[in-house]
Amino acid sequence: MKEIRNLTALQLAEKIKRREISVAEGVLASLEQINSAESRINSYVTLDEEGALEQAARIQKQIDSGELTGPLAGVPAAIKDNLCTEGMRTTCSSKILANFVPPYTAEAVRNLKKAGAVILGKTNMDEFAMGSTTETSAFGITRNPWNLDHVPGGSSGGSCAAVAAGECFFALGSDTGGSIRQPASFCGVTGLKPTYGTVSRYGLVAYGSSLDQIGPVAKDVSDCAAVLEAIASYDRKDSTSLNREDTDFAAALKDDVRGMKIGIPRDYLGEGLEPEVKSAVLTAAQALEKKGAYVEEFDLSLAEYAIPAYYVIACAEASSNLARFDGVKYGYRSKEYEGLHQMYKKSRSEGFGPEVKRRIMLGSFVLSSGYYDAYYLKALRTKALIKQAFDRAFEKYDIILGPAAPTTAPEIGKSLQDPLKMYLGDIYTVSVNLAGLPAMTLPCGLDAKGLPIGLQLIGDCFQEKKILQAAYAYEQTREWKSCPALEECGNGFAAESLSKSASEQGTEGFEKERAMKIASEQEAGA
Amino acid sequence: MSKEYEMVIGLEVHVELATKTKIFCGCSTAFGGAPNTHTCPVCTGMPGSLPVLNRQVVEYAMAVGLAANCSITRHCKFDRKNYFYPDNPQNYQISQLYLPICRNGGVEIETSAGKKTVRIHEIHMEEDAGKLIHDEWGDCSLVDYNRSGVPLIEIVSEPDMRSAEEVIAYLEKLRMMIQYLGASDCKLNEGSMRADVNLSVRELGAKEFGTRTEMKNLNSFKAIARAIENEKNRQIDLLEDGKKVVQETRRWDDLKEYSYAMRSKEDAQDYRYFPEPDLVPLVISQEWVEEVKSRQPEFQEEKMERYKKEYGLPEYDARILTGSKYLADFFEDAVKLCKKPKKVSNWLMGETMRLLKEREMEPDDIHFSPENLARLIDLTEEGSINGTVAKEVFEKIFDEDIDPVSYVEKQGLKTVNDAEELRTTIAQVIQDNPQSVADYRNGKEKAIGFLVGQTMKAMKGKANPGMVNQILKELL
Repeated sequence: MKEIRNLTALQLAEKIKRREISVAEGVLASLEQINSAESRINSYVTLDEEGALEQAARIQKQIDSGELTGPLAGVPAAIKDNLCTEGMRTTCSSKILANFVPPYTAEAVRNLKKAGAVILGKTNMDEFAMGSTTETSAFGITRNPWNLDHVPGGSSGGSCAAVAAGECFFALGSDTGGSIRQPASFCGVTGLKPTYGTVSRYGLVAYGSSLDQIGPVAKDVSDCAAVLEAIASYDRKDSTSLNREDTDFAAALKDDVRGMKIGIPRDYLGEGLEPEVKSAVLTAAQALEKKGAYVEEFDLSLAEYAIPAYYVIACAEASSNLARFDGVKYGYRSKEYEGLHQMYKKSRSEGFGPEVKRRIMLGSFVLSSGYYDAYYLKALRTKALIKQAFDRAFEKYDIILGPAAPTTAPEIGKSLQDPLKMYLGDIYTVSVNLAGLPAMTLPCGLDAKGLPIGLQLIGDCFQEKKILQAAYAYEQTREWKSCPALEECGNGFAAESLSKSASEQGTEGFEKERAMKIASEQEAGA
Repeated sequence: MSKEYEMVIGLEVHVELATKTKIFCGCSTAFGGAPNTHTCPVCTGMPGSLPVLNRQVVEYAMAVGLAANCSITRHCKFDRKNYFYPDNPQNYQISQLYLPICRNGGVEIETSAGKKTVRIHEIHMEEDAGKLIHDEWGDCSLVDYNRSGVPLIEIVSEPDMRSAEEVIAYLEKLRMMIQYLGASDCKLNEGSMRADVNLSVRELGAKEFGTRTEMKNLNSFKAIARAIENEKNRQIDLLEDGKKVVQETRRWDDLKEYSYAMRSKEDAQDYRYFPEPDLVPLVISQEWVEEVKSRQPEFQEEKMERYKKEYGLPEYDARILTGSKYLADFFEDAVKLCKKPKKVSNWLMGETMRLLKEREMEPDDIHFSPENLARLIDLTEEGSINGTVAKEVFEKIFDEDIDPVSYVEKQGLKTVNDAEELRTTIAQVIQDNPQSVADYRNGKEKAIGFLVGQTMKAMKGKANPGMVNQILKELL
């Protein structure tokens, strides 16, 4: 099983195609690792073991008959819990949707199913994608598989941890201000946010509508490209969906950066950036230079305005997007209330966590009469200026290179007390969402503690292929280091007792056990 | 009243567009249907759902705007109006605030005071909310989302109206225009047209506007007229007492004939409008505008003139027939079949109008077919049935849309034109009514009417009255 677990998604699919491994074996390898690691990591909110094995049987038949021939057929994947999955609980890691089972499936997930991927379950996240550490989840924290005392990042922490820990072969995340790229960099995996409009948002529970995009989290650049190709589509159900003809992303995987012009924003290398991170990122740039790329520093400008503009716009849109969670139609409704307004107030106060409430209040404030011009309108204008700054940069450079985050993964429990400081950690990622550009992160080293450092590559609109190519070329220069959690399997009392319960009580019991285990762990440790 | 006051009135009219599907999703807009059966994730505000604009809605909005002489906003967009209410599944309504699709138009009306243009400030597209049903016994409210997402246009006028008569004339003109375009059936009592009245008063000759109130729940033209009169008096009374008019929304109760305040200024809602991020801006090309313009139908004035010329109808008849597009279409269809415009006109203006009034129906509620009316007219023209019988048969057509030809056959209503058969009956009538006969012979002309009546009675109404008259005179 360990051999299977260490394969990339594409390698697994290839072996399945050649009948060396069955789809069921691939699924079992993931499930075995989940059984072993979940009690410590808690990547999954909902695991569908039975469903996964059913899918495996069906997909095996389709592969055998020649119906499914794609590069991801038979590969087990995990889906971030803010993507609707018909018949499977979709919670956004929030109490207010703890019992919500959607009547339809998000378009990106449908595309994955068409490609023959096996959906294992839904991964943990910051509540409604609001956060940078996956600590705001109502279903417990997710731990970084590289060091269980540290956060995996957020908001797609569950997806990134699951990939890093071998609990799936790839995952889907969502990125509004860096929510794929930052946790990918903290977890030592590869993550990509495409150009706005490339992947349909239909079925993605909206946070910041003008910024949200779904993207792949995978073990390497090739896997990322394959997953992106599978999920990108023109969807008429999404009015912001683009009809792109250049979605053959796998064709970009060439080990060649000769003549590529790479710009590093000086603004990103200043105060606040950890020396180890800076060093790793600049070393990576040198590696590309050695391969024939031209690398130089430049002034991007407006970097300090990106965070306030982002938070004003994202929170404003979120305050409206989350208004639908009112206890009327679905989701959590308070048990006791008198009258309509009390029902609204109590359901939302009880159902939402503090970070969500903070952002709803912030968003409502900036949209309120008397403040709209000073905050929201100004933020929209800043957004346009930031896009212009990138346009100017891309006249000179093919791609922009920089860090994904100013630090490596912080310790658990250290971030939430100072939300503002936490927000400032998004400095390298948010401007990309404001400008609607594609960007990806991949591992470029470890710090002294052994925590992964991520390299970010940003491209101009529609230039995923350029960043994939540069990423691929860089990747060839490094030894792929797998996460220590992958080495362990079936060790320890906790894992054993869990496995027994699982077979006795079924998946539900497994989840309950896990929740209890985590609760007691949190009491004892963190 | 020591001073003289005038009313200043502006109207906000919501019109439900007659598209097959909703404004942002493919659900049916059909009226009725079991609760929550015309719904989908979009119009029920499910997480992850997204709106997609219905092109027909834009075309209807443009058509109405062009008919109302508005300019079309070539770059328009949608905005979110945020407020919490259970009939609003997303707790925001997608509407247009900053850049509505039509602006700066005007509609000409005619009242006893003469002709006048009521200016239109703007027309915008928006989505309707669901329906709330309050269960008195169960102490709860039920929500039906069938209506959620039905497309609306809101027509906002300038405060140019000065009387209830002008308001009614404006609404009738709008209704006629919109019906002619096929954009909506505009039925106040069914809610496909809703009018909110903004009214203030000021002293005659004053330049400033007074404080206005908004009135809702006006479900018929009569209710609107009553509400306007009531509110005018209420405001004048306040001012005469030295009090101020409070800017508020009032709900009109037509049964009790009074209004009460719904929301006061203190509770004024901040809707936190911002541009809808899930919809892209709407760019309307000149070609599209021209295309919609070219599809404009003949409106009432044109049609009236044409009826006068082509069918030789008098102005009065032409006006009534073109007052409703449905009636005008019906008229033309019937004329095509029987080629007798004056007859069709008479039947529509006479018996049809009478029965409509009796049954409290509108012309649009007519549910019999032009074919059957045409057949009836043909029957009377050939003399197969007489006038009285025709009226009876027509009532059957009106209520049940029967085929007059087979009905007359089955019921044996054909006029008896056989002179011999008539003679026999008439001879009998003469025998039975010596007094009338004597009266007639003594110079009382009118007595023959009684004898004709008796004959008709004996013939069960199926005699040809002209013939009866003739034969009677002969025999007497």
